[in-house]
Amino acid sequence: MARLTEENIRLAREIIGRYPKARSATIPLLHLAQEQDGYVTNEAMAHIAELVGASSAEVFGTASFYEMFKFEPVGKYLINICGTMSCALMGAEELMHHAEERLGIKMGSTTADGKFTLERAECQAACTEAPCLQVNYRYRYRVTPDQLDTLIDDLSAGTLSSEIPAHGTVAVIRQHIPADRAVGAVSPELVTENPVWLDGKAAL
Amino acid sequence: MTTIDTTDANDMPPQDPNAVSININGRTVAARKGDFIIAAADSVDEYIPRFCYHPRMSSVGMCRQCMVEVEGPRGPMMVVSCMTPVADGQIVRTDTPQVKRAQEGMIELLLANHPLDCPVCDKGGECPLQDQAFSHGAGESRFVEEKRHYEKPIPISDLVFLDRERCILCDRCTRFADEVAGDPLISFTQRGNNTQIMTFPDEPFASYFSGNTVQICPVGALTASPYRFKARPWDLEQRESTCTTCSVGCRTVVQSSRDELLRYQGVDSDPVNWGWLCDKGRFNFQSTNSEDRLSTPQIKSGDSFITSSWSDALESVARVIRHSREGSVAILGGARGTNEDAYMWGALADAAGITMRDAQLDDGLPASVFSYPQATIDSACAGGTVILLAPDIKEELPVLYLRLRDAVQKKRIRLIEISSHETGLTKYAWKSIRAESGTAASAIPGLLAQADISEQLASGPVVVVAGRPNLAESASHTMEALSAVLTATPSASVLPVLRRGNVRGALSLGLAPRNGNDAATILEASAKGNVDCLILLGADPLSDVADIDLARRGIAGAKFVVAIDTFLTASASHADVVLPAAAYGEKDGTTMNLEGRVTSVVQKITPHGTSRADWMIAVELLTLLGHESNFTTLSDIQNAMSAAVPGFGSTTTAVAIKRDGVVVSVTPQSSAPAVASVAAPRNSYEFRLDLSRKLFDRAIGTITSPSLANLATEVNVFIHPLDLDRVGAAEGTNVRVSNSHSSIVLPVRASSSIPRGTAWVPFNQIGADVRELVRRNESIIDVRIESM
Repeated sequence: MARLTEENIRLAREIIGRYPKARSATIPLLHLAQEQDGYVTNEAMAHIAELVGASSAEVFGTASFYEMFKFEPVGKYLINICGTMSCALMGAEELMHHAEERLGIKMGSTTADGKFTLERAECQAACTEAPCLQVNYRYRYRVTPDQLDTLIDDLSAGTLSSEIPAHGTVAVIRQHIPADRAVGAVSPELVTENPVWLDGKAAL
Repeated sequence: MTTIDTTDANDMPPQDPNAVSININGRTVAARKGDFIIAAADSVDEYIPRFCYHPRMSSVGMCRQCMVEVEGPRGPMMVVSCMTPVADGQIVRTDTPQVKRAQEGMIELLLANHPLDCPVCDKGGECPLQDQAFSHGAGESRFVEEKRHYEKPIPISDLVFLDRERCILCDRCTRFADEVAGDPLISFTQRGNNTQIMTFPDEPFASYFSGNTVQICPVGALTASPYRFKARPWDLEQRESTCTTCSVGCRTVVQSSRDELLRYQGVDSDPVNWGWLCDKGRFNFQSTNSEDRLSTPQIKSGDSFITSSWSDALESVARVIRHSREGSVAILGGARGTNEDAYMWGALADAAGITMRDAQLDDGLPASVFSYPQATIDSACAGGTVILLAPDIKEELPVLYLRLRDAVQKKRIRLIEISSHETGLTKYAWKSIRAESGTAASAIPGLLAQADISEQLASGPVVVVAGRPNLAESASHTMEALSAVLTATPSASVLPVLRRGNVRGALSLGLAPRNGNDAATILEASAKGNVDCLILLGADPLSDVADIDLARRGIAGAKFVVAIDTFLTASASHADVVLPAAAYGEKDGTTMNLEGRVTSVVQKITPHGTSRADWMIAVELLTLLGHESNFTTLSDIQNAMSAAVPGFGSTTTAVAIKRDGVVVSVTPQSSAPAVASVAAPRNSYEFRLDLSRKLFDRAIGTITSPSLANLATEVNVFIHPLDLDRVGAAEGTNVRVSNSHSSIVLPVRASSSIPRGTAWVPFNQIGADVRELVRRNESIIDVRIESM
């Protein structure tokens, strides 16, 4: 297990079809693999390499650059607490300690039931809303320890499942591109007309 | 307004539109458009320090060490000279204080994390980082922080070890693997602050060319297991030579210390190997050092050998030759030696009336392949179309694969491959056409007449790379296919790819078959009791002849067998007299590659034990047989060879000093064997047997090199996945492969690179010997595969 499923192979082929060169689909396919298994497995990377015509080492080289691709299992909910300047001043350390105590794990690790992973994150660009955190990359602003408790309770109870899907779920890879916007697999050098969004206006 | 005086212009020599003149440190330098500044500077020996730049690979500007100043519209500016193309009138300075400061700064940064373990590092003493830290560094560092540490070393393949803390991320090895070898099995990972070279987890850097990354690594990050901690560079002595592992003839330097071969490095010969070597050629020096080498002559006594003196052994051989019936002495082999060896043995054969001789072991093509217009590697790669009617070039002639691949990648040539299964070049082929063994000749006229192919063939020069793709298929099929191609494209030239290092030299200089008596005919004669003395000149028919039954009968039928070899091979162990031969690196001479290029091979160490060069043995026998011989030194032979062989001229003296050698045109003295046109009817069996070599097999030079010995694989029969279903066997289970001659059991594997109806078995791997099924009198071999 961990190669792409039949259904995901179909989706992978569709994604590859969006690009003039198959290799360009590497990152979206890594997202797809992460969505399937919660993290990117070696088997999935080898499979992606086959699909895009690269070597496994090249896919791994690309994937390992990105912090958001995980190569080991993470919890269903990945909680990234920002620890950079504004958040640190507004109590991020206390928030992290509280989270560690509440979940009984250290930052960077996963609860035994596989539900939660805690990570310390660098600036999440919400400095006015410090201290902030993300759950599966969905923001929570000005979080107090009590609010964090409530958040964890809600996540455990499943009441937030419509808002916060399991780790790895990415909507963008399933995007629907309207026919009139789709360039399709055309090499850039073959495109002579202006893109539709220019709408008759001159390009800069 | 001035008018251009056209008459004057016409008198001028034609101006090269790509010629550019630039100024480096006040010197005017001629360059060509598209050159980089660093290459122009190299051409006039203005050295610019560098780590990532390599003239045979694309520039990436990774290391930033080659900073120079270029005069710009806003004054001098710093540029990386490996990424900045020359422009007419460009003014470059490599020696200003600013340049020096930049270069010193780069060295300081590189050394911030590079360990100063030079005293225990294999690269110490020949290390570009060490050397340039001395020549272009500040001499001291402001960094006091702890350097990074990694687990060290980690093996990234069976042959290559990686010390990540020494790596300076120059991208040379990864670029080589991707651009040159086409095996991108290593990559930058964890990019960012922790960037490191790494393979995919559990997928080693198993490239046939991995040793080159060790040679081009500018630090000691990559080291090769055969050389690790074996010597210090300043203890090495070296001589430039030519690799004779296969017939490409790559230039090498042979390095030794204390009379032991320690390392081969590739040398950049522009018409041949561009500095690259394959791992087999690079690391098989270990076999020369092997403890198992033959060191003294041996004479068979009962079932065992007893050590003998050279004079006794040679006298016993001479006595047998003297008492042999007329025309009953045969010489097989000679393609492993030098030109001088081959010439001397040819001369001995002529003097002693030995007409049965063949340098090939029924695994190549008739010497008549040399009578077609001949191509060179450069001419094949220069442009036009290359038609492959050959074995898998990546497996058998790896550096030729690199050259052809490069020519395809740079869009200079188009490949048309006609083969019975996919090969290493298939994915680079413009057209890759599957023709079942035995059917290529009949398919070719139709294939080449297709509109797009005939248009391509007409658009430029055509080179046919011709060799024996399937050892279970008669050479006549390949020769017919070749002549079919040449009928369709009469102006094409031929690049013959035959097996063994000096096969062309041996065939050209006197060891080509006479009267059509090739190796198979000789062995057949021997089996019938018509050979009184069979001389195996570095030949091992029991391991190399595809029809093993013929080889067995041939060896058994010979009344007296003399083996001249470096090891007691399978065939040599059946010999009556075994003479130890000097190996590669132990004798001087010249060799001829597949193009007919004559280059030097050199002696670097003392021959093992009392072993002698083949030519010395021939000279001794010549004297013992009562012929006058004035040969005492190698140059005596070279002079005689130059005088006697038309086309050879005085090349041997010229090649001694020329790196790229001299291409000679020698037509082998050989009457073409009577090649009967053979039909290839399919018999009642379902699978056509396809038997071909892989780079690493159970060859004697490979298994006696400890680092290569375990690279041979278990033998399997490979068939198409649908055929596997039809046979009803599971992947990896044993199947019975049989025909009317024999039956063997071996595991089966599915491979989509094998077409339906073909059963591919790699030659001479570990396990069952599929040669039991091959009979030479059948031009193709069909087999049945049954699950068990």
